[in-house]
Amino acid sequence: MSDVTVTEAQNERELMLSTSPHLQSRWTTKQIMWFVNLALAPCVISAVLYFGFYQLLVIATAVIFAVGTEALIQKLTKKPIAVMDGSAVITGLLLGLIVPPNFSLVSTALGSIFAIGVGKMIFGGLGYNIFNPALVGRAFLQAAFPVAITTWTAPNYAVDSVSSATPLAALKFDGVSTAVGPLFFGNVGGSLGETSSIAILLGGIFLLVTGVANWRIPAAMTIGVIVFGGALWLIDPSYPSPIFHIFAGSFLFGAFYMATDYVSSPITGVGMWIYGLGIALVLVLIRVFGGLPEGVMYSILFMNAFVPLINRYTRPRIFGEVKS
Amino acid sequence: MELILIFISAAIVNNFVLAYFLGICPFIGVSNKLSSAFPMGLATTFVMVITAIVTWLIYHMILVPYDVVYLQYVSFILVVASLVQFVEMFIKKVSQPLYRALGIFLPLITTNCAILGLALFIVLKEYSFVEAIFYGVGAGAGFTLAISLMAGIREELELANVPRPFQGAPITLIVAGLLALAFMGFAGMISV
Repeated sequence: MSDVTVTEAQNERELMLSTSPHLQSRWTTKQIMWFVNLALAPCVISAVLYFGFYQLLVIATAVIFAVGTEALIQKLTKKPIAVMDGSAVITGLLLGLIVPPNFSLVSTALGSIFAIGVGKMIFGGLGYNIFNPALVGRAFLQAAFPVAITTWTAPNYAVDSVSSATPLAALKFDGVSTAVGPLFFGNVGGSLGETSSIAILLGGIFLLVTGVANWRIPAAMTIGVIVFGGALWLIDPSYPSPIFHIFAGSFLFGAFYMATDYVSSPITGVGMWIYGLGIALVLVLIRVFGGLPEGVMYSILFMNAFVPLINRYTRPRIFGEVKS
Repeated sequence: MELILIFISAAIVNNFVLAYFLGICPFIGVSNKLSSAFPMGLATTFVMVITAIVTWLIYHMILVPYDVVYLQYVSFILVVASLVQFVEMFIKKVSQPLYRALGIFLPLITTNCAILGLALFIVLKEYSFVEAIFYGVGAGAGFTLAISLMAGIREELELANVPRPFQGAPITLIVAGLLALAFMGFAGMISV
C-alpha cells in the first residue's frame, strides 16, 4: 500500500499535466511588469528635467495610490495580495506621466483610485480588464477636472507656473507649428512623460528588443498615421504633417506603453494590425476634425472596446477544422 | 457630403446609446450574446429607418398642413407600435430561435425611447426627407455598433473574475459608462 503511494508521489513530480497549447515564455509576468517599469524610467527623468522636482511628487502619488488601492481591494475581497507583481506600479507610473505638469496631488490620487478600482479590480484584477486602467483614470480626470487637466505649464519653470499651449493645441487653435527639434527632445508644453520623444524611444526600443512589447502595434499605428494623416495633409497642407502627428502630443507614448498593454490589446497578429490601424484612424480624425487637440487616449480606449470582437474574428483556424 | 456627415454624426459622434443615453433597456437586456445582440441591432435599425420615413411624411403631410402638430407624440407612438408588430411577425415567421432569443425585448422596441427620440429629433433638427433617412440609418448603425461592442465585451467578461456584487447588470452598466467615456473623444467633431 505504501509502495503505491510512493510511486504516485513520484509520478506527480515527474509528470506535469496541462492542456495545449504548450507555449513557454522566457519571462514570468512579474519580470515583464518590472521590465516595463524600468522602460518608463527615461520618461520619469525627462519629466523631472523639464518640469521640475514637484513632478516626482505627482508621479509618486499616482504610484502609491494605485498600489494602495489594489492592495486594499485585494484585502477586502480576501484574495492574495499581489501588488508586488508590478502591474499596479505600471498603472500608477503611466497615469502619473500623462497628467499635466504641476497637477494637483489630490486629483492625481483620485485618478489612481478610479483607474485601479473601476478600470481594473472591478473586472477581477490583472488579466481581466477590458480597458487600459491608466487611460480609464485619465479619461475620468478629463471628465471630472476638464480645466485643470488642460492647464499646461511651460517647461523649465518649476514653481511659478507659466502657462503654455501644447504643440497640438497651438497648431489647432492658433495655426502655430512647432519645429521637430524641440518635439524630439521634449522642450515643449505637454503632459509629464509625453513631451520627450527621445526618452520614450529609448524605453520603447528597449521593450521591443526584449520582446516585452509586440512590435506590430506601434508599427501599425505609425504606418496608419503616416497613411491617414499624410492623405489629409496632401489634400490640405494646413493640416498637421505625418511627422508632426508622430512627434507631437502623446502618440509615441501611447504607441509604446499604452496600446501594447497585453490585457487590453488583441492576441492575434492580424488582430494587432487591425487594432493599430484603427487607433491611428480614430486618432487622426479626432486631431484633425475633433473638438479636442489630442486624441491618443480616446482612440486607444475606443479600440480597446473592439478587442473582444477583433479577437473573435481573427482567430486562426484550428488544425484539421472543416469550414462549415 | 452633408448626408455622410449626418450619418457619421448619428452613428458615432452623437451615438444614441453612448452619447444621448437613449435605448439603454435593450442595450443592457439583450447584450449578453453577440448572436442575439447583432440581430437586435438590425431589427432596431429597420424600425428606426421606417420610423424616420413614416413620421416625416405624417408630420409634413398631415400634422403641419392641418395644424395639429400637438398630435405628434400620439401619432408617432402609434407608428412605432405598429411597425414593431410588423417586425415581430416577420421575425417569428423567419427565425423561431431568434424570436425566442430576443424574447420580451422585441415587442419592447415599441417603448425604446431611442426610436421616439429619433422621430422627435428629426422634427427638432428640421431635416429634409432624405436627411431624415440618413439620420435614421446612422442612428440604427450606431445602436448596432454599441450593442455589438457591448455583447463582445460581455462574452469576454463571462470568463472574468468579476466580484460577485458586480456580476450581471452592475458590471454591464459600468462598462457602458466606460464606453461612453471612450466615445467622449468624438465630442464636438461634427455639428450637424
